Amino acid sequence: MIRLTRSLAFLLALLSGAAVAATELRGTGDLGIVIERADGAVVVVDTSRRIAIGRIEGLGDLSHASAVFSRDQRYAYLFARDGGLSKIDLLTGRVAARVVQAGNAIGGAISDDGTLVAVSNYEPGGVRVFDAATLAQIADIPAVGADGKASKTVGLVDLPGRRFIYTLYDAGEIWLADLAEPASPRVTKLTGVGRLPYDGNVTPDGRHYLAGLFGEDGVAHVDLWQQPLAAQRILPQHGRGEEKLPVYKMPHLEGWAAVGDRLLIPAVGRHELVALDLRSFQEVGRVATYGQPVFAVARPDGRYTWVNFAHPLTDTIDVVDNLTLQVVHRFKAGPAVLHMEFTPRGHEAWVSVRDADRVQIYDAATFVRKGEIAARKPSGIFFTARATRIGQ
Amino acid sequence: MWWRSEWRCWLSAAAISVAAGAALADDVADPEKLANLVRQDCGSCHGLTLKGGLGKPLTADRLAAWDREQLTYIILDGVPGTPMPPWRSLLSEAEARWIADTLKQGALR
Repeated sequence: MIRLTRSLAFLLALLSGAAVAATELRGTGDLGIVIERADGAVVVVDTSRRIAIGRIEGLGDLSHASAVFSRDQRYAYLFARDGGLSKIDLLTGRVAARVVQAGNAIGGAISDDGTLVAVSNYEPGGVRVFDAATLAQIADIPAVGADGKASKTVGLVDLPGRRFIYTLYDAGEIWLADLAEPASPRVTKLTGVGRLPYDGNVTPDGRHYLAGLFGEDGVAHVDLWQQPLAAQRILPQHGRGEEKLPVYKMPHLEGWAAVGDRLLIPAVGRHELVALDLRSFQEVGRVATYGQPVFAVARPDGRYTWVNFAHPLTDTIDVVDNLTLQVVHRFKAGPAVLHMEFTPRGHEAWVSVRDADRVQIYDAATFVRKGEIAARKPSGIFFTARATRIGQ
Repeated sequence: MWWRSEWRCWLSAAAISVAAGAALADDVADPEKLANLVRQDCGSCHGLTLKGGLGKPLTADRLAAWDREQLTYIILDGVPGTPMPPWRSLLSEAEARWIADTLKQGALR
């Protein structure tokens, strides 16, 4: 059925020149993309019908890729590892604009008003800002830390008020860029936040930015509602004195839904999640997991967190009850689970299984498998509803 | 004469190293699986195209200055204080050496 629909779509594509048949009116709120990490392509998916509706190629090196969406949820902005920034039209299946803006990049964000797209670059280290409509470059913010050297930048997210916050990996700093006047960004720099901050994210209310540290214990925390801005070290005793395991894949600080007063984050070098109280920022517990977590993605209602793991334990997913901090379900999804994404109100979880060349779709309450979509070496899954969320 | 015995020593040494080189290709049980590991899992940090990411580029020209032994032991023992982990618990010495050789030759498929 899926193959037939795809064949029809491709036939229409040949006739119409587009990779997605735009012969009928349709909304985009239930669409999404799946990255094909080895092919430089994305599969466009319809999450209501659980099918692929098209494929867009020519997007560069997507071996690490992420995406944000335009306010109207029609366009995805893809951040590719090779520095490529592509604006793709989910309805026509065309690349609407594309620029190779750096040598090596890791992620990006879109401003709250939808007018600016920022990219976080490794090479040259820094953040560049582009017009969301045309991808014309508007600002360039080299990430030269207090050590005088350019740092890779990570953990770039948007904040209310046309601002962005991100982390300098090598220099161990957190910068906040205010783009009120886009051509002249005003940058606030927090130095000495910790060694090798490898990722950062903001809570769904846009208030608390957390940057995980690879080079030492603890997490850097910035309460964005407090002036002057400052980074505090939280979880300082976390893991002290214990031998860390080799880390074969960096944990990611992503997928934070409204989790009430508690957030689960991956522990580095341990088979654990750490539970953080979002009022006190104290550790309130740990969850022993199957392997070293890579993604801990909260279901949108915040009740459960789904967790996948680093090499070599990549075939398993743990489901954690956020109330009891227990693993309530553990299952083998397939070889190399790379990413998980919930539908906007959380009724389904979509899981990319890289070495099975497919995305598997689960009922998020019963864990029953409801469908699958073929995709070559799938990695990131991104749904358009992210357009409505701060920090995503 | 002294040069004759030296010549024989040199010949034996050459023969041994040629034999060792030939044997290496057979030491790895599943080269395809190993190549997939390098692309997909090493590639998480070093890039699927090996052009770098959080980790350094691993293209043949970038590795030219490193010898095979150094690379093998970096793979096995990691680089402490950086995100490069030791793979010793997951890879044999022969496998690490195969990876080092393959990367240095730019021969990863």
